[in-house]
Amino acid sequence: MLDVAILLPSFLNGVTTGAVYALIALGLTLIYGVLHIINFAHGAALMVALYAVYFLKNRAGIDPYLALPLVVAAMFALGYGLQRVVINRAGHGKDENILLVTLGLAIVLENLALLFFKSDTRTIETAYTLTTVAIGPATIALTKLVAFAGALAAATVLLWVVHRTDLGRAIRAVAKETQGARLMGIDVEHVYAMSFGIGLACVGAAACFLLPAYYVNPQVGSGFVLVAFTIVVLGGMGSFAGALLGGLLIGIVESLGGLFLGESLGQIGIFAIFIAVLLFRPQGLLGARP
Amino acid sequence: MIKRRTFLRESTATAAALAFPLVGGAQPKPLKVGILHPVTGALAFSGQQCREGALMAIEDVNRTGIHSLGNAKLEVLLGDAQSTPQAGTAEIEKMNEAGCAAVVGAYASAICLATTQAAAKVGLPHVVDVGVADQIVERGLKNTFRFGPGYKVCAQIAVNNLHVLNTVAGKPAKTVMIIHEESLFGTGTAQLLARELPAYGFEVKEIVKHANPTRDFNNIVLRMKSINPDIVIPANYYNEYALLVRTMQQQKVVPKAIYSVLGGAASSYKFLKEFPDAANGIIDCNHWFNPKDKRAADLKKRVEAKGLFFTYEIFNTYTAVRLLADAIERAKSTDRAAITAALESSAFSDHFMPYGPTKFVNGQNTGAQPLMTQVIKGDIRVIVPRDYREIDPIFPLRA
Repeated sequence: MLDVAILLPSFLNGVTTGAVYALIALGLTLIYGVLHIINFAHGAALMVALYAVYFLKNRAGIDPYLALPLVVAAMFALGYGLQRVVINRAGHGKDENILLVTLGLAIVLENLALLFFKSDTRTIETAYTLTTVAIGPATIALTKLVAFAGALAAATVLLWVVHRTDLGRAIRAVAKETQGARLMGIDVEHVYAMSFGIGLACVGAAACFLLPAYYVNPQVGSGFVLVAFTIVVLGGMGSFAGALLGGLLIGIVESLGGLFLGESLGQIGIFAIFIAVLLFRPQGLLGARP
Repeated sequence: MIKRRTFLRESTATAAALAFPLVGGAQPKPLKVGILHPVTGALAFSGQQCREGALMAIEDVNRTGIHSLGNAKLEVLLGDAQSTPQAGTAEIEKMNEAGCAAVVGAYASAICLATTQAAAKVGLPHVVDVGVADQIVERGLKNTFRFGPGYKVCAQIAVNNLHVLNTVAGKPAKTVMIIHEESLFGTGTAQLLARELPAYGFEVKEIVKHANPTRDFNNIVLRMKSINPDIVIPANYYNEYALLVRTMQQQKVVPKAIYSVLGGAASSYKFLKEFPDAANGIIDCNHWFNPKDKRAADLKKRVEAKGLFFTYEIFNTYTAVRLLADAIERAKSTDRAAITAALESSAFSDHFMPYGPTKFVNGQNTGAQPLMTQVIKGDIRVIVPRDYREIDPIFPLRA
């Protein structure tokens, strides 16, 4: 088991998987950081994005990677619209209401998918689905390497937007002090909707990287969203760098845990680290001290 | 011109007919039957397939109705077990309150364990359509009847046949790796296999358990690479089975045989259509119909005309409902105790499964057996037993 030919691919597998986890978690942490709510509809949004990628490939013949701009734009529009039309209005500014609205949205989206697409598990076939790349003694799926590079690129763009643009400054201002930002002339409702839109756009990008090697069905999001929640808390609520680090860490721990302890027991590693961080560093790995 | 007397006579007759519509041609009261499956949650695909099979059977039964009850129709009460035993139990309670005469369901072993017990408390006859865990019929529940085989029978037949195939081929396979899902079905099957295989000279190198869902099988395939087993035996549900075999294909791991026992996708037309290369050569010991029975081919055509795949969930549940309808016919009553008694003494033979007439002992149909299939030349063909054989097996797949 300690053979490098086994350890290295397992480690690389964890890193590549972790990058996609991180991308999903980045969207979640952005929404939390600005709106101060946990978006329970995040998993359902991933499912919607995966279906979009699936139908673009199967009906229009658009490759998942080429579909990236389309899916990201569509998911951004969906997020923006949902925040302005549904969440903002139904939530009445109360956190507990917004929480329940996102939970309700998740249930509605999953059941709509069940109604229209049935519970059928769908996959796509591409020319590169089974292609592998040799890295030393390890053989890694090309789709995983692309997912890794794509997730890091998407995370970089997100960090650039947040730290280097006017929108990013507005987002950070609203996240830090909503009333102050409003008094400075920032359209807070617009920033809320933009944040929600960008959060869902991250999920759209993740879907494009995931589907060539994965599947979609109405329940697919729930498996990812639990991991994403863990990453957000582990990295520090609202911390982008924390989400990125947390995602990679969870991916590696999950992979090596699965290798040494078995796929069922391997999940223990994730939650052991999670509990340890909460005990010794409650603000998360890179979260700000309260 | 209508006379006053004629008008009075005809209008009185019309009014009477409207007021008492059932006096002239009395329609028997429909018989409520519960159809319970996990149509949402992790097992939704299989649950919905089961439901389709049940609804097709009810459609067929209702063409003539139950003769002994004045051609009474079956009225369906659909239930969703939401892929959890708790939700399944709650649905049984609802079906009991609604006055169901019997229940057919509930696909997964863990759910069936809970639903049969809940049904037993209220004396509700429960026909198990798929659930393979033998505990389902080993608790002395008088209301529980399983038409298909349990995992003990499946594991024994699979191991016996593996031994025969291997011996005929000159014993090229010596080592085995078992990969199973972690619930009752997968764990129970794996334990039975691990116990039986050494007696036939196979060394079980490793048993790997995984959760539902498992997002990534790379680690398991890496372990497989390091162990290099001659035979890989998966026992899991469709999604995980498909991911596992695709990952093996991706990592270029080609054992001498993929020999599934109740493999979720191994003998699935859906898997075959979507991944013909990955499916090629896979052997499976699973629920399967008599390939020489025209009724199975007819039902397959009807199922495919609906845009569905003819999976084991569909034909298992279809025949389970037909079994129940046969029992109600012979019970000549909607009384639950009478239906239970009719199931106990059932010799139902009007079906296309390779079981012969039913004979229940402690709720288990003793004639039930799995068939061995192999994907050969782009189709799923029966290889064992000889009575149902369509094509000779290819074993091992590689030297």
